[in-house]
Amino acid sequence: MTSRIVVDGNEATASVAHRVNEVIAIYPITPASAMGEFADAWSAAGRRNLWGQVPEVVQLQSEAGAAGTVHGSLQAGAVTTTFTSSQGLLLMIPNMFKIAGELTPTVFHIAARSIATHALSIFGDHSDVMAARSCGWAMLFATTVQEAHDLALIAQAATLRARVPFLHVQDGFRTSHEVTRIEPLDDADLRALIPDSLLAEHRARALDPDRPVLRGTAQNPDVFFQSREAANTYYDAVPGIVADVFEEFAARTGRRYTAFDYHGAPDAERVLVIMGSGAVAAREAVDALVARGEPVGLLTVRLYRPFDAAGFVATLPASARSLVVLDRTKEPGAAGEPLYQDVLTALAEEWSDAATRPRVLNGRYGLGSKEFTPRMAKAALDALTRPDAPRSFTVGIVDDVTHRSLPVDSDFDTERPDVTRAVFYGLGSDGTVGANKNSVKIIGEHTDLDAQGYFVLDSKKSGSATVSHLRFGPAPVASPYLIEAADFVGVHRFEQLFTTDLLARAAHGATVLLNAPYPPGALFDELPVEVQRQVRERELTLWTIDGDRVATEVGLGGRINTVMQTCFFALSGVLPKDEAISAIKAAIDRTYGKRGGTVLARNHAAVDAALANLYAVPVPAEGEGRRRRYDLVPTAAPDFVQRVTARLMAGEGDSLPVSAFPIDGTYPTNTAKWERRSIATEIPIWQPDVCTQCNLCALACPHAAIRVNAVPAAALAGAPDGFKSTTWTGKDESLAGFRYVVQVAPDDCTGCGVCVDVCPARDKTELKRKAINLEPKQQYLEDERAWWDFFEDLPYPRPSFDALDPIKASQLREPLFEFSGACAGCGETPYLKMLSQLYGDHLLVANATGCSSIYGANLPTTPWAQDASGRGPAWSNSLFEDAAEFGYGMRLAVDARAGQAADLVDKLRPHLDDALADGLLRGMGARDEEGIAAQRERVTALLDRLDELDAELFSHATAADASGSTEPIDAAATAHREGGLAADVSRLRSVAETLVHRQVWVVGGDGWAYDIGFGGLDHVLASGRDVNVLVLDTEVYSNTGGQASKATPRAAVAKFAASGKSVGKKDLGLIAMAYGDVYVAQIAIGASPKQTIDVLRAAAAWPGPSLVIAYSPCIAHGIDMRTMMTHQRNAVRAGYITLYHYDPQAALSEEGGQPLVLDSRPPRDSLAEWAATEGRFAVLARTQPERAEALMALAEADAKARRAHYEQLAVVHRQVPDRVKGDALRALPMAGKEDGDG
Amino acid sequence: MVRLSTRYLGLKLRNPLVAASSPLTGRTDTLERLADAGIGAVVLPSLFEEQIEREELATHDLSLVGHEISPEITGYFDPFTGLEIGATLYMRQLAHAKALLDVPVIASLNGFRPGGWTHHAVLMQDDGADAIELNAYFLATDPETSAADVEDRTVDMVAAVCSAVRVPVAVKIGPWFSSLPHLVRRIGAAGARGIVLFNRFYQPDIDLETLTVEPQLSLSHPSEARLALRWIAILRGRVAIDMAAAGGVDDVDDVIKMLLVGADVVTMASSLLRRGPEHVAMVLTGLEAWMREHDYQSIGELRGALSQRSSPDPAAFERANYVKVLTGYPGSYR
Repeated sequence: MTSRIVVDGNEATASVAHRVNEVIAIYPITPASAMGEFADAWSAAGRRNLWGQVPEVVQLQSEAGAAGTVHGSLQAGAVTTTFTSSQGLLLMIPNMFKIAGELTPTVFHIAARSIATHALSIFGDHSDVMAARSCGWAMLFATTVQEAHDLALIAQAATLRARVPFLHVQDGFRTSHEVTRIEPLDDADLRALIPDSLLAEHRARALDPDRPVLRGTAQNPDVFFQSREAANTYYDAVPGIVADVFEEFAARTGRRYTAFDYHGAPDAERVLVIMGSGAVAAREAVDALVARGEPVGLLTVRLYRPFDAAGFVATLPASARSLVVLDRTKEPGAAGEPLYQDVLTALAEEWSDAATRPRVLNGRYGLGSKEFTPRMAKAALDALTRPDAPRSFTVGIVDDVTHRSLPVDSDFDTERPDVTRAVFYGLGSDGTVGANKNSVKIIGEHTDLDAQGYFVLDSKKSGSATVSHLRFGPAPVASPYLIEAADFVGVHRFEQLFTTDLLARAAHGATVLLNAPYPPGALFDELPVEVQRQVRERELTLWTIDGDRVATEVGLGGRINTVMQTCFFALSGVLPKDEAISAIKAAIDRTYGKRGGTVLARNHAAVDAALANLYAVPVPAEGEGRRRRYDLVPTAAPDFVQRVTARLMAGEGDSLPVSAFPIDGTYPTNTAKWERRSIATEIPIWQPDVCTQCNLCALACPHAAIRVNAVPAAALAGAPDGFKSTTWTGKDESLAGFRYVVQVAPDDCTGCGVCVDVCPARDKTELKRKAINLEPKQQYLEDERAWWDFFEDLPYPRPSFDALDPIKASQLREPLFEFSGACAGCGETPYLKMLSQLYGDHLLVANATGCSSIYGANLPTTPWAQDASGRGPAWSNSLFEDAAEFGYGMRLAVDARAGQAADLVDKLRPHLDDALADGLLRGMGARDEEGIAAQRERVTALLDRLDELDAELFSHATAADASGSTEPIDAAATAHREGGLAADVSRLRSVAETLVHRQVWVVGGDGWAYDIGFGGLDHVLASGRDVNVLVLDTEVYSNTGGQASKATPRAAVAKFAASGKSVGKKDLGLIAMAYGDVYVAQIAIGASPKQTIDVLRAAAAWPGPSLVIAYSPCIAHGIDMRTMMTHQRNAVRAGYITLYHYDPQAALSEEGGQPLVLDSRPPRDSLAEWAATEGRFAVLARTQPERAEALMALAEADAKARRAHYEQLAVVHRQVPDRVKGDALRALPMAGKEDGDG
Repeated sequence: MVRLSTRYLGLKLRNPLVAASSPLTGRTDTLERLADAGIGAVVLPSLFEEQIEREELATHDLSLVGHEISPEITGYFDPFTGLEIGATLYMRQLAHAKALLDVPVIASLNGFRPGGWTHHAVLMQDDGADAIELNAYFLATDPETSAADVEDRTVDMVAAVCSAVRVPVAVKIGPWFSSLPHLVRRIGAAGARGIVLFNRFYQPDIDLETLTVEPQLSLSHPSEARLALRWIAILRGRVAIDMAAAGGVDDVDDVIKMLLVGADVVTMASSLLRRGPEHVAMVLTGLEAWMREHDYQSIGELRGALSQRSSPDPAAFERANYVKVLTGYPGSYR
């Protein structure tokens, strides 16, 4: 009997790869990270490979590093692999050419993902592997999770025989993250296909001083070419070798694969050619069409490289008259997409009769995980019946610009009636996805039914929505696309019914389960009218449970997963109810067994309580309720937001046509404010009588959802009823008599509670009452909304930093970074918000890929905002690895344009007011707010003057024309315009704005700064140019799920460091200080907001490079994020973080000075005790107590040693050569022309 | 030749000095130092029922951190399947102490709900505890709860644990009961072999800077020993149960006094924390010297020689004594 396991494509692949390799070099990248994490965790747990060794799993600083390590390990004779996708694969390409050129057997396992072009996409298509197709690697494409598992072995067996390296490709997310049951390969299967003799051959080729050889020579024109051709026979042999391995595999397992697989009518006239998971959807379409008698077929390509043209043509039925080749990639400007071109070539070369050679169409589908359904496959096959069908088309989108998309027949349905389909709408972290994975496991592993789960999560990290798509039925259940008509719909968050059309996926007669806080009899009235109509039209059966109450009562807090899962099993009929209940309880025991009796008992209690609290909802025959779906954006929103953004928010982006979108990936900023997500259940309510006006709440708010302001009393005329304000008590006289306001944006607050935690003011008579308290939102919502709308339009006074303490002054400036979808309580965002308050209106941001680029710019909206004048940060993301260089490029461009502007001002001086020209040139260096404002006025005056000049020139030309001169007036005027004054005027107009100073800030996480981007960062810090770098240091790769970086401290547990990191954190600041002329600082806003502000201002003022390392607590640390700010304070008190700034300014004079200043006192608290409050440290004490203790002792030593080192450096006298001064002067063209840095 | 060996809870001890629950009994190095200094038995730090529960739930929560929050994140702490929680970790410490020491190791369990006890007491027994010290602490805040309710709950809980384990059980209680001898007798009847007098509890304190309430447990003061001294003297011979003196025992004089009034063993924590585990050796030397000086051959002879029943002045342990101490305060108190 074959056992069955339920896994996703990543685990299926890793389970083979870990057993057939000796060295595994990894680097995290979505959606392949999990393969490396599995490998790391298994090696940490001592799991052995086929040869009895625990594979060595090492993490590198980038995929380029991983590929280099793999290359070296292969050369030295170990069987070696890696896992990657997308940009990661691109970084491996240089080594991949080498590995193939040296005929080195290896398999790289790829979860294929889009390459970033106009935008980043973490989702699936083949653009990455297609970009690697010229490397000389064989390429095997899996279509299902089972195939990903099987081909992982087949690729390994084939590469060791063929010596040609293999890419083993599965579709990112669609296969890598689909949870389904497979028949696992056991060690005997692996051993049978990979006999030790193959390993021995590989080792025999290893570099070894006992039998030395030379590899990697440099070759001259005399030999390179011939050598390159010398390997041909090995490539020629690959298809045959793979076919042999397929045969051996089939003989052992009964699962038969071929390089090209034909399926469909034996006499098919129309054939669809495709690779990857799309083949499974296409197969469903072909089966349905063949059943209708249509002469169609499907050719699935598994071995794409080397492309066996003869094999391909031999697999096609001779009856084929037309082919449609579908590519999951786009190669703009090519004669056709890659697979299409290969097919055309094969037909040209191998089809015996040119007269009957089939017509071939080429389609693109599924880019960035766009759905590909049987309907779309049918549309492609249908196109072959139309003589006028476009040769190159798209399917799955509506292209209303170049009209290349195919229409799709929405009535075509291939879903089987014997399959139960269920869709669940949950909230990130409510456990819905986990429970559904568990359901798939329960059914897939413990019944005869097949089961499939696929999960769609949005990119917001707070209040994110999840959709689970589950299919259960007789095998095989493999449909690789989302469910459109579900028999069961679970709505786990009632409020979502008001923002999203959740029942759009409910089939006629479906069962709908609502988690709702209303009695069953009253529930229908609480539904939006739109939903009530759907219920009646589709004759839906409604059930309800107050899951939150039930879960709370059994002690599971907000975790409704077990409750809702039980209800699903009780209602869906997938299993008999009693059987289902005992299966759930058994699953609870398996899942939570190690978590102790309390967790088990409470979950068991949840199962029983769920059954006792599940009610049918009566649906009255008529009558509509009072509630309606919310309008997603107000009518005041800009046109683009209404037309496009609102549709994306509603989850209807798929239906938008090509014309709706920008052609180059350029989107408006200032859009998060239109996305009122209203995810908090409690919001902060201000008590003016208790408030001390410290402004810390606003400063700390990670979401800019709580604001302060001080306005003239008159500005409050017309304020809505109840609008709260109090007398401003601050020192700044310019604000005397002002009213002070603290206001929450009730629909943008996440309820994280950070503001309450930092609030130092307490009611003297009742100490639990602070000046800010969290209260249930609903009772305040209406008032607070009206107050917020009014508050939003109040002007900010922007008092001078000279007159007020920096905390107050900074918060009386408008944040131009607001309402991000970062995790509730995010430790990074307060820094970005502060940056935007200080310089938002003249700021360029070069953002490394990571959390900050996702909450910063993941559609539909962006938190980067604009002030009343329309100014605000201009933001872009290039890659993960090159943010520093990207920002440096921005700096160079701005300086170049500014340089030209200065030259032109000088040149046009005779036409300008002298004072204006002098002012403009002097004002270029202004970095302070007053100076910038004054310069802006000058630039406006300049532009006015340029307009006048234009008008003068025009009238001069017109006058000349009217004078009847015999000169060729037009030509003269044109010459004048192009070469003379007019051209200068026009040029100056195009660069005049850069006469106002622009701040360039490079922003990224520690994964970027410490690891993958360090080389570039180092170079830019060494450049002497005015580039500021803000490292949001969470000490872990937060965005990809918490893998260790070189910023991860000793003793902390992280992914890729499952046994606790054994080496200490890299001291990036110290490295940068070595340059001498770099402004370097370490900040922790929760420990010292004042130091943070001072540092950000000083870094900006320093005309050379700056590096600011910002300690950023993260949910990956396992702390209560409500205390994110006070936790930072405690970290500093415990000596975990030392605040400092290194200001080269202090060492520039001839006599030098002491540039390093420590801004935090020596530690007062125990580091170990502080660390115990973080899950990442505490977890090790619970897994490996002795190791934890030993590592913590070293971590304490690290902290002490570092502090001692800093204290010594702080008294070191240093003189920094004036290279920076030179560079800074050079950046100012007037002064620096002859000062170039050579 | 003076013999210090004695019996407590049916266990043979080389002397009547027991290291009470404290950070010293939670660490390998200090446990070893206690044993080297000659300690008679050790009581491990308490396993709190609420602590186990909280830890289990906290670990569970941690394993779910970041779950399902983005397509790129599967959760931050989920792969750590080796996670051991609550009781497991305690049991490991227990087994470790048991392997390390050749004196009796008493595990300590703290809480009040009847349901959760049995399970953990059995685990302790299974992992080698020679005895279990049960800390019964319940703060009645509900005006509906009577003194009798509190006593009933205490006794029920003792009965539940004693019926579940084979190893002897001692019960550690606080001094605030209306009729202590009656309760102690009921505890004995419920199956306990010993009673530990008295537990000291964390008490709330207020930080006047932050205006927050912080639970505090300061080290005991020798004057506290008087309370146990009196009650042990009174109970000796009235109840058939082993008695351990606890709280405020600082030096050899205190130890001798406790034995004289009837304690079977004397537990120490604060003085060991203050003076280090080596203090045990000093006390033992002093005890031996005193016994030689006063011609006591064994602990058995000494035990209870000055209990209320054996005392020439029984009334001195009752209320009159209280007045006498106040009026006769010598003014040179330690």
